Amino acid sequence: MTTHVLSLLVEDRPGLLTRVAGLFARRGFNINSLAVGTTEVPGLSRITAVIDVDQLPLEQVTKQLNKLINVIKIVELDPVGSVQREHLLIKVRVDNASRSQILEAVTLFRARVVDVATDALVIEVTGDSGKVQAFLRVLEPYGIKEIAQSGLLAIGRGPKSISERALKS
Amino acid sequence: MTADAVPTALAPRPPAPADPPILTGSGQILATLEKLGVTDVFGLPGGAIMPFYDELMASTAVRHILVRHEQGAGHAAEGYATASGRVGVAIATSGPGATNLVTAIADAYMDSVPIIVITGQVFSTVMGTDAFQEVDIVGITMPITKHSFLVTDPAEVPATLAAAYQIATSGRPGPVLVDVTKDAQQNSAPFLWPPKVELPGYRPVTKAHGKQIRAAAELLVGARKPVLYVGGGVIKAGASPELLELVELTGAPVVTTLMARGALPDSHRANLGMPGMHGTVPAVLALQESDLIISLGARFDDPVTGKVSEFAPGAKVVHVDIDPAEIGKIRAADVPIVGDAKDVIRDLIGVLRESGASADLGAWWERIEQLRADFPLGYTEPDDGLLSPQAVIARIGELSGPEAVYVAGVGQHQMWSAQFIGYERPRAWLNSGGAGTMGYAVPAAMGAKVAEPDRTVWAIDGDGCFQMTNQELATCTINDIPIKVAIINNSSLGMVRQWQTLFYDGRHSFTDLNTGHLGAEGVSRMIPDFVKLAEAYGALGIRVTKPEEVDAAIQLAIETNDRPVVIDFVVSRDAMVWPMVPQGVGNSQVQYARAAAPTWGEE
Repeated sequence: MTTHVLSLLVEDRPGLLTRVAGLFARRGFNINSLAVGTTEVPGLSRITAVIDVDQLPLEQVTKQLNKLINVIKIVELDPVGSVQREHLLIKVRVDNASRSQILEAVTLFRARVVDVATDALVIEVTGDSGKVQAFLRVLEPYGIKEIAQSGLLAIGRGPKSISERALKS
Repeated sequence: MTADAVPTALAPRPPAPADPPILTGSGQILATLEKLGVTDVFGLPGGAIMPFYDELMASTAVRHILVRHEQGAGHAAEGYATASGRVGVAIATSGPGATNLVTAIADAYMDSVPIIVITGQVFSTVMGTDAFQEVDIVGITMPITKHSFLVTDPAEVPATLAAAYQIATSGRPGPVLVDVTKDAQQNSAPFLWPPKVELPGYRPVTKAHGKQIRAAAELLVGARKPVLYVGGGVIKAGASPELLELVELTGAPVVTTLMARGALPDSHRANLGMPGMHGTVPAVLALQESDLIISLGARFDDPVTGKVSEFAPGAKVVHVDIDPAEIGKIRAADVPIVGDAKDVIRDLIGVLRESGASADLGAWWERIEQLRADFPLGYTEPDDGLLSPQAVIARIGELSGPEAVYVAGVGQHQMWSAQFIGYERPRAWLNSGGAGTMGYAVPAAMGAKVAEPDRTVWAIDGDGCFQMTNQELATCTINDIPIKVAIINNSSLGMVRQWQTLFYDGRHSFTDLNTGHLGAEGVSRMIPDFVKLAEAYGALGIRVTKPEEVDAAIQLAIETNDRPVVIDFVVSRDAMVWPMVPQGVGNSQVQYARAAAPTWGEE
C-alpha cells in the first residue's frame, strides 16, 4: 500500500462531503486525511484527500469519485510535482526552565508562538509531514498537552492550475 | 481557472418568454413532467406531497396510478422503464413513504434502470428537527442513486427535474431522487422553460477511441476461441440490431447474461444462452475455455464469473462499457473501451469490414456443438405427482410467444424463466438481477403493462415473492391493468430450500411457506389460498394441479383481459435449478445435474 494525494475540484453543494466520504467508506478505501475549502471560483470547492491504496484500487477510487455528479475533476498530486503542507496548532507545557529551549526549537523549525500563558504556549507550525513530525519529536519531552492538525493541503508546482491538468483515470 | 473552463452539460438555450407564468412549486413539478414527456406516474400521497397531488388531480397529460404500497410504485416505475425504454416515475410522501421506496431504488441502481423518484419533504423551516414524518431520504439514498437532489425553492424545480431526467436516462442509466420540501411545493415562482441545466461534473463518454476499436478488431480476428459476452448494457443501448450484425459478420458464439436475455434472439444459432451460476453448460464452458472475451455492456459480476481467479484463465478481454468504473473492476481488460454499446459495435463492424479479415472458428464451433449436444438444458419430471415447474414455465412462453413481456420475481422460478422461455427480442424479459429483490414481479409487471398496454404481460412469480407485493393486484384491477400472474407455487422459499438440500445437509430451516403442500406433520395447509386471494382482489383466480390442465389455464389467462389473472400452479418442491456452479468455486466445476460435472474438454 502506498500513500496517494488526490485533489478534487467539486461543486459546492449540500451533502457533497457526505457523498465523497461515504463513497470512500462504502468501497472500503481508507482516508488518512481530508481537507476541504473554497477555491478562486465561486461555487467550486477543493478537497485534498490522502489515501492509502495500491495502484489498482486507486484507479477504482478515482473512477468511482468521477461518477459523483458534483465532482468536476480529480488529479493525483505526486510529492515531487507538488507542494504539500500540513498545518498544526500545538499546546505545549512550559516553565521557566524550558521556555528558552522551546523558543529556540520554534525558531529552528520556523514555527510561531501564537498564544502565551505562564505554563503553556500555543505554537503554530506549517510544513510537510517529515518536518512536522520532527518538530513534534523535539517538543514531546516538554509535554504536549493538545494538538489540532489540518488535513494535508497540496497544489501542483508550476503555472498550470488544476483545471488545466490531465484527468486522473 | 476561469468560469469558461467549466464545461456546461447543455448548449446555450433560447431565452425564455418575456412573461413566464407564475406557478407554485407543485405546478412547476407537473409542468416540468409534462414538458419532459412523462405520461404515466406511480405513487401514493401523504402529508408532505399533498400540494403536488392537488395539482396532479387536474392533469390530463399525466396519468397517475395510485399504488397500495410505495415499493410497488418504485418497481412499477422500473417495469415501465425496462419494458419501454422510457423513464419511469415514482412519487411518495416524506418519511415512511420515502423509505418504502428504498428497496426499489436500490434495485434500479443495481440494474441501471432509469427512474425518477419524487418525494415530498417536510417544510424546510423544520428540517433537522425530527419533525413528523421527517427522514433524510437524500442521505439514505446517496449510496443507491445515480444522484439525488433536495429542492427548497420553487424556482429550482424545472432545472432540477430536467437535470434528474438527463442524469437518469443518459450514460449508464440509473435512479435519481428529487426531494421537494412542502414549502417549495406551496410557494410560487415564474415558470421558465427550457431551464438552464448545469452539470459541469457530468460528461458521459459514448464514442470510443478509434485506436481501441482497431485493437479490439485485431484481437477478434486473431482469436481462435472468441466469445461475445453480452450484458444488459446492450439492451439499454438499443444495440440489438448492431449485435446481430456483428454476430453474423464474425460468426462468434454469444452468451447473453440474465440481464441480456433477448439481446440476441434465442433462436439464433450463435446464442449459447445464459452464462453463470445457472447458465447453460455450453455458455459457461465456452467462456471458461475461450481465448478472447468481448464483453459488451456486462460487468463480470460474481454469479457470472464464479471464483474470479479461476475465471476464463486463457482469455484476453476486450471490455466495452459506458461506465469507466466497470472496466478493470473485477477482471483486468487487455483492451478497455469506454463507450455506448451501440456506437462501439457499429464502429467495430466498420473496422472489421474494412480489414476484410476473419478468423476460422471451425474447431471452436465443433467443441461448442459437442457441448450443446451433450448438455442441453433439461429437467426431470417430478415423481411426487405435482407439476413440473419448468414445464409450466416453458408452456407459458410457448403459448404467449415472443411479443409478450415476462417479468420474474427472484429465486428458482426466475432462473427457470430465464432458461426455459425463448426470448426473441430485447425488453421482453424483466427481472431483478443485481439486487435480487423478491417481490419485484407483480408491481414491475404492472408498470410494464402500463407502458406496453398492447402486449401480454406475465408476472412469473414464486409463492414467497408473490406474498411480498401482491397488494398491487388491487391497483391492477381498479386501474384496468390486466396482468397475468403465474405463481410457481412450491410452497416454500425454493432457492433457499435448494441450497439447504445441497449445502446444509437437507436441513430445511424456515423455508416452508405452507401455501399448498402437505406441512411437516402431514396436515394440509394452504395459507393463503391464492385463488381466494385473487378473487378478493377482483382478479380471475385459477388453480392448476394436473399437467393436462396447464395449457387451458394459460390460454384462459391470455384471453382474459378485463381483469388481472392469477394462476396458482401447484408444483413439486423437489425440482431444482440445474445446471449449477456452486458458490465460491471456478466455473469449470459446473454441475449439469446433481453430482454430475461435464468432462473438461479433450485438451
